[in-house]
Amino acid sequence: MDAGLIFYGSAIFLMVMGVFIAITGRHLIKILLGIDVFDTGLNLLIVSFGYINGGTAPIFSKYPNIFKNVVDPVPQALVLTAIVIGVAEMAMGLAIVMQIKEKFGTCNIAKLKELKW
Amino acid sequence: MIRRLIALLVSLYLGYILYSFVYVHFPFGERPLRGVAAHYVENGIKEEGATNIVTSIVTLYRGFDTLGEVTVLFLAATGLGLILAGMKREEEEKPEPTLIMETVTKHLFPLVLLFGSYIFIHGHLTPGGGFPAGVVIATGYFMMFIAQRSFTPSEYLLSATESFAGTLYVIVGLLGLALAFSFLDNVMPLGIPNRVFSAGIIPVIYIIIGFKVGSEMTGILLHLKEA
Repeated sequence: MDAGLIFYGSAIFLMVMGVFIAITGRHLIKILLGIDVFDTGLNLLIVSFGYINGGTAPIFSKYPNIFKNVVDPVPQALVLTAIVIGVAEMAMGLAIVMQIKEKFGTCNIAKLKELKW
Repeated sequence: MIRRLIALLVSLYLGYILYSFVYVHFPFGERPLRGVAAHYVENGIKEEGATNIVTSIVTLYRGFDTLGEVTVLFLAATGLGLILAGMKREEEEKPEPTLIMETVTKHLFPLVLLFGSYIFIHGHLTPGGGFPAGVVIATGYFMMFIAQRSFTPSEYLLSATESFAGTLYVIVGLLGLALAFSFLDNVMPLGIPNRVFSAGIIPVIYIIIGFKVGSEMTGILLHLKEA
């Protein structure tokens, strides 16, 4: 079993799981959790793209002797952004769910019939 | 039942498409380091002085992006306050926290804050930086919310810290524009790599981000707790 199968496979497994939870879940918080799991899988996938065989983390702790074989730092920097955006999105989503719960008394999307709020 | 089966098939098919695409176009680990990434790795220390290349990408090479990210977080915190404004939860009796919980959190809280500050001060040397440090600090506050009944940080102080840090971030960026003709440029001396006082404005920016993210996340948790 090669490393690519493990890394890509687990990231995509998380994404598949997230999509499945988000489209079958009936509870709003469950849907949000599905989106969050999807987000995590996507972040792992982007970090896996940056891997280079034999590479280490792009931190040169012994400065003058630079080790040339490091992994790609750009996807890691992008994922740092994506994680923060994910947190912001989750916070907003949870706030909206709290308002829906207060207004309709339920979080079950099958019982939220009105289109107009 | 049949709906779940269809959903499972659809998501598995999605995963299959993604996997085959990814596997063909990005063979794992066989991509050479090229383009901007190679430039960052080779010249990052010379140009910006930080031994952690990811940090110098986040704060300087793509510093504008990070400013936007901080703005998004600020918007989320503001929007959360706006959505939850006026929501009052009816008082329900909560169980009193136990003595062990109360004592442990009281003594653990300063250590958590210290650890958070350690992470954001050493952001240019070790993994970490302002964002994880802010979350660590907010976790410390969250622990106190849960375990201590009487603990409520002043909301005014939180938003004052947040606004002050945000303004300071923009001022540091404008300083680069004034002195080096480029927004968020490194205007301070680079120093010797691997020292705490090195890498120019990277520690300054990360300290600002640490304060900002910490106060913002604490504010979000406070809003969610009180609503």
